[in-house]
Amino acid sequence: MAADKARTQTIGAVRRTFAPWNDPTATPLIRFENVAKRFGEFVAVDGVSLDIYEREFFALLGPSGCGKTTLMRMLAGFEEPSAGRITLGGQDLAGVPPYRRPVNMMFQSYALFPHMNVWDNIAFGLRQDGMPKAAIKARVEEVLALVKLEPFARRKPHHLSGGQRQRVALARSVAKQPKVLLLDEPLTALDKKLREDTQFELMDLQMSLGMTFLIVTHDQEEAMTVADRIGVMNLGELVQVAPPAVIYEQPATRYIADFIGDVNVLETKVVTAGAEGVELASEKTAYPLHIAQPLDAAVGDTAWLAIRPEKMRIALVPPAHLADNCFEGVIWDIGYLGDLSIYHVELACGTRIKVSQPNVSRLVERPITWEDKVWVTFSPDGGVVLTR
Amino acid sequence: MNRSLSWFNVTSLVLGFAFLYIPILLLVLYSFNASRLVTVWAGFSTQWYAALLENDQLLDALWVTLRVAFLSSLAATVLGTLAAIALTRYGRFFGRTMFSGMTYAPLVMPEVITGLSLLLLFVAVGMERGFWTITLAHITFTMCFVAVVVQSRLITFDRTLEEAALDLGCTPLKTFFVITLPLILPAVLSGFMLAFTLSMDDLVIASFTTGPGATTLPMRIYSQVRLGVTPEINAICTILIGIVAVVVLLASVLAKRQEKMRRRAEQIAARG
Ligand SMILES: Nc1ncnc2c1ncn2[C@@H]1O[C@H](COP(=O)(O)OP(=O)(O)OP(=O)(O)O)[C@@H](O)[C@H]1O
Ligand SMILES: [Mg+2]
Repeated sequence: MAADKARTQTIGAVRRTFAPWNDPTATPLIRFENVAKRFGEFVAVDGVSLDIYEREFFALLGPSGCGKTTLMRMLAGFEEPSAGRITLGGQDLAGVPPYRRPVNMMFQSYALFPHMNVWDNIAFGLRQDGMPKAAIKARVEEVLALVKLEPFARRKPHHLSGGQRQRVALARSVAKQPKVLLLDEPLTALDKKLREDTQFELMDLQMSLGMTFLIVTHDQEEAMTVADRIGVMNLGELVQVAPPAVIYEQPATRYIADFIGDVNVLETKVVTAGAEGVELASEKTAYPLHIAQPLDAAVGDTAWLAIRPEKMRIALVPPAHLADNCFEGVIWDIGYLGDLSIYHVELACGTRIKVSQPNVSRLVERPITWEDKVWVTFSPDGGVVLTR
Repeated sequence: MNRSLSWFNVTSLVLGFAFLYIPILLLVLYSFNASRLVTVWAGFSTQWYAALLENDQLLDALWVTLRVAFLSSLAATVLGTLAAIALTRYGRFFGRTMFSGMTYAPLVMPEVITGLSLLLLFVAVGMERGFWTITLAHITFTMCFVAVVVQSRLITFDRTLEEAALDLGCTPLKTFFVITLPLILPAVLSGFMLAFTLSMDDLVIASFTTGPGATTLPMRIYSQVRLGVTPEINAICTILIGIVAVVVLLASVLAKRQEKMRRRAEQIAARG
C-alpha cells in the first residue's frame, strides 16, 4: 500500500510539472510539418503540423474516417506523406523503411501472426534484433505478465477471445520498448474493468520506460485519463491540440465543444466585448449573459455560448439578487444516472438545454420533478464564448 | 427441406459415378487378369506387374515422366508464385490487365497450339529436342495454373500481417519467408500438385516438343496401344492412376486446410 502511494505520488509529481510544449527551448521528438496525404483525389490528412515531445502521452481523437490511422501509418512508415515532412529526433524520416524506424505500432486489426503462438508473436520483434535467447525469454515473460496472459503463451491467436488478442497485440508492440509506441485503438475490445486497469498500466509503462506514446481512441474518457495532450482531428485536419482540461473547458470551436463531452450551445449576439469580459444577448432568455472571458469581437457580432450541463445550477425558486446568467423554463425530462441526474429544461422558445446535478441526498423522491418551473443559473466563468 | 437422398438423387449419383469410373475400374481389374487376352477373364494374378519390372521401355518412360513432372512442377511453382505475387501486389503498373489476362490465356489455349508454338520456338533457337525441351514446355503450360491458384489465395491475404512484421524490424525479404510464404503455403503446394499431375498425363505437348531418346509414359502407352492393348499397359496405367489419386487426395486435404485457415483468419478479423 505504502509503495503504491509512493508511486502514485511520483506520477503525480511528474505529470504536474510535465509541460514541454510550453517550454520554447524544448525540442520535440516527433515533428509533423505541414503533412498531407492524398489517396488519389481524396485528401485523408490535410496540412497537419504537430510537435510531440519525448515521454509525452499524446492522444488523437476524432470521428471515424478523419485520418487518425493514416497519420499514424505515415509515422510508422507504411504511407509516404504526399506533402510535408516528418522528423523523429531531428532525423527526416522520408525514405526510411518501416523496419528501420524506432517506432512500433499496435494495429487496429491486431495483425497477429496466425501461424505463431502467443509467445512467438511477442518474441518476433525481439528475434529480429538478434537478442540472445535468454534475454528474449525474460522479456517475453515480463510482458506476458504485464498483460496477464501467462496461461495462454502456447495458444494460437484463433483460440483467444477478442480481448485476449488485443492484449497480445499490445504486448507484442511494447516488447521491443521502442522510442515511440503507436497505439491504434488499443483498448476497445476490453471490458470496463480491464480497460481501466490497462489504461493505468499503460501510463505506468510509459512512465517507467520513458517511451513516447501516440494513441488513437474513440473514447474521450480514455483520452482524458491517459493523455498529457489531446489532438482533435476532423476531416483530415488537426483542429485543436491542448491538454485534456483545456480541450474540455476551453474548446477552440463549437465542433470541439460538441465533440468532447456534453454541451449546450446557444447562438447569441455580442453586446459589449473587452479584455475583462463579454456581455451577450440571446433570444432564449430575457436576462443578459455575462461571461468572464476576454473576447476580440465587434458589437453585434454573432457568438456562441457553450456551457456544459454540470456548470449550471437548477432551482425551483428564483435565486436572490438575480440579475443575469439565467434561463427560465420547465422540466421536460429527467435522466437519473445514480451519481447524478440530467435535467432537460425546455425554455419558453422551445429550445431544450441539459443541466446535470449531483445527487447529494439518499432520498428517492427528488425535489425537482417533471413539469416544474425552474430557474437555471451559472456563474460568469462557467461558460465559454466561441466565435467559430 | 428433405435432406435425405431421394431415389432420383441416388440413381443419378450412381449413374454419374458409373459413367466416370467403370472404364477405370475395368482397366484396374484387367491389370490383375491372368490371361493374355484383355477381354477374357482367367483368374487373379499379379504376373503383369512382375513382367512390367522386366519391361525396360515402359520403366524408362515412367522414369522420364516422373523426372519431367517433378522438375517442371517445381520450377512452375516458383515462377507461378512469383507471377501471382507480382500481379496481386504491384497494383497499378503499366499493362497489368494485359499481363493478368495473359496468365489466364494458356489455361484455355488448345494444347495443340501450345505444343506447336513451343516446337517452333525450339526449332528457331536451335535447341536440341529431348528431355529438357519437354521440361521447359511443361513449365510454360503448368505455370499459369499455379499462378491462378496462388493468386486466389493472395487476394484474401491480410497485408497488415506483413506490415506488422516490417514494423517489428523484419526486412521485406525475410517477411516473405517467415510470414507470407507459410500462410500461403497450402495454396502453393496445391499449385505444385496440380502442375505435377498435369505434367504427368500430358501427351500432346510432350509429343510436339520431344526428340529422340526422351519418351514419356503417356507417349509410350499411346504408341503401344496402337499395336494392341497388353495387360502390362493396364498394369502401368493402374500404377499411374495410383500416383495421380494420391496427389489429388493430398491436394484436396491441403485445400481443406487452407479453407479452414482462411475462415479462422476471417473470424479473427471479424471478431477483432
Ligand atoms: N489506402 C487508402 N486508399 C484510399 N483511401 C484511404 C486509404 N486509407 C485510408 N483511406 C481513407 O482515408 C480516410 C481516413 O482513413 P483513416 O483510416 O485514417 O481513418 P481513421 O480516422 O483511422 O478512422 P477510424 O476511426 O474509423 O479508424 C478514410 O476516409 C479512408 O477511406
Ligand atoms: Mg483508424
